[in-house]
Amino acid sequence: MFYFSVPLGKLVRKVSRLRGGGSALPGLVVEKIDPGFMQRTLSTLPHGVAVVSGTNGKTTTTKMVVELLESQGLKVFTNRTGSNFTRGVAAALLGDVDWRGRLDADIAILELDEAHAVHFVNRVPPRYCLLLNVLRDQLDRFGEIDKTADLLALIAAKTTDTVVLNREDPRVARIAEQLTGQDVAWFGLDDSLLSTFPNDDDLRTAPGGAVPAGLPSTPDADVVLRGVGADSATFEYDGATVTTQMKLRGVYNIFNAAAALTLARRICVAGAAKANQDTLLTALSQVEPAFGRGESLTVEGQPLDLVLVKNPSGFRLGLKSFPAGGYATMVAINDNYADGRDMSWLWDVEFDSLRDGGVDQLTGARAYDMALRLQYDDVRIGAVDPEIAPALASFIRSAQGKPKRIFCTYTAMLAIRRELSKITTVEVVS
Amino acid sequence: MTDQSAVRESTSKGTLRVLQLYPRDMNIYGDWGNALVMQRRISWHGYTPELLEYNVGDPFPADVDIIVGGGGQDSGQLVIQADLLERAQELKTLADGGTPMLVICGLYQLFGHRFVTRTGSEIKGIGVLDVETHGTDERLIGNVVVATDEFGDVLGYENHSGQTTLGSGVAPLGTTTKGMGNNSTDGHEGVRYRNVVASYLHGSLLPKNPAVADFLIKTAATRKFGSYSPGSLDDRYVAKARELAARRPR
Ligand SMILES: [Zn+2]
Repeated sequence: MFYFSVPLGKLVRKVSRLRGGGSALPGLVVEKIDPGFMQRTLSTLPHGVAVVSGTNGKTTTTKMVVELLESQGLKVFTNRTGSNFTRGVAAALLGDVDWRGRLDADIAILELDEAHAVHFVNRVPPRYCLLLNVLRDQLDRFGEIDKTADLLALIAAKTTDTVVLNREDPRVARIAEQLTGQDVAWFGLDDSLLSTFPNDDDLRTAPGGAVPAGLPSTPDADVVLRGVGADSATFEYDGATVTTQMKLRGVYNIFNAAAALTLARRICVAGAAKANQDTLLTALSQVEPAFGRGESLTVEGQPLDLVLVKNPSGFRLGLKSFPAGGYATMVAINDNYADGRDMSWLWDVEFDSLRDGGVDQLTGARAYDMALRLQYDDVRIGAVDPEIAPALASFIRSAQGKPKRIFCTYTAMLAIRRELSKITTVEVVS
Repeated sequence: MTDQSAVRESTSKGTLRVLQLYPRDMNIYGDWGNALVMQRRISWHGYTPELLEYNVGDPFPADVDIIVGGGGQDSGQLVIQADLLERAQELKTLADGGTPMLVICGLYQLFGHRFVTRTGSEIKGIGVLDVETHGTDERLIGNVVVATDEFGDVLGYENHSGQTTLGSGVAPLGTTTKGMGNNSTDGHEGVRYRNVVASYLHGSLLPKNPAVADFLIKTAATRKFGSYSPGSLDDRYVAKARELAARRPR
């Protein structure tokens, strides 16, 4: 049967593209008529499959790993996130295989949502995995963060070669204790930066308060982030310290760069390519954030930053990474399914850092929840309008001549981009 | 607002001590919001708030005027369980004596007689509230509106798989008009007993339900000073937030 599945799937893909359709249908067709397609195709890759998972930063980190490996001359297959993971991967594979089903790539780097982890790793055991963090995110969907940690542990257990772990996240670090045969590689943070990376247990605990222990001793990390400048970062690996320019903004993105570097170097060392430090660093310095993960646009000659916030840790990191000084600020909070419906998390973020400048505009379905939150943190509030289009227009009008920053949840970001595309150039969403 | 919250000691109507129960281990879903609202509103009403924490192994503070406690993950509940049982008598005496308390979700369950897990094992509660909870495979998740006699509509968000049934010694907080509440069968949400308010709702509960917050403050002030005189508060955002929240889908 599978002789026909690839040509047929490709045909469906072509037709549905012509009709402006999405990627799900061709993936669905192949899944139905040839359930082994994804597994079989991925298993032909000479250097196997690496998955990137965790609550925050998967998309940008996956992009970094891909660009790092490409800088070493590897052909990399990767996925874009979608609603159905395996179907999305199958659809992406269809686009990249030739008519006989051969995939011209050395390795696959896949962003794996925790929710799809079990299904995928049972079918395709990855050779490598990179586990970033476990934070409170959309608990209404996954139940509890300890369960998210269990899902990540399962990915690690199914990994055949190397597991790359965040030394500073106790829930991720503890996964190492459950592993038997795999190599474990770590990425870590300088002590001086630890306080800028609250993990989820620190949220309501004073500094120095007890946090569930990670590991009895701190393991040596392959790559340690030693410092973050305005547009540069300092990493330590192989006993040397290097500073490089970075296009990525936000300390949490840069910590994920240490993660990406760890995985990419491990893949190279395992024989995929000769790791050239100069080209690796050059590639790292040029990585731009993935779509929807924060981007800088220009509106009426002034920069406008979109910062995606989807959970308390992400919001806190966003506030720390992008200081308010000199910026006009808007916050857009929706509570649609993709945002997470429970608003409780807003109360786990401290907004003191916005006190000096205040917030000029609030919008989104939960604009007044946000207003209430800011009121309790003594932050000055300008205008509140739950409707995004008029709120955005009035924000841009009232903050003329000033750089602007918008903190927004996922669906609010989509709506804002749609509005902005009417007045400025915004990358097209595919 | 900065002026409002900075009530000088000399003009204060008195100090109210608010104890957070196990904020280190039971702090999921914005439980801090409830403590913050206590702190701010006490101050906005012209009193001086003192925020205290009680964590596992700490000495239990004396002269507590209000107690708030939240939910936790399974791991958090395991950590506090033995310690909570050791505090059972103190907490029971305080609750029976009329100390105002707010307990949400996980601590609501543990304030009952017992929590029986899906596999049938029993976690002992401290029996302050005449309720018991059974773990189920069904997770009750979503926006909730509860009609109550005392506080009007109470709005929030539930996320729990334990289902709680009430004994004859307590009354429900109210009846749900959206969402499930205590369990998926009787339409009741939460518990009222003496001056204890127990509920599954986070969101956090107190910010959007200032009537509950002010009940706790008024009760504490009256108990401590013999009388209560509220301040005039700027609640312009809360009315809109309640209106919009009530219209959100389940
Ligand atoms: Zn709960």
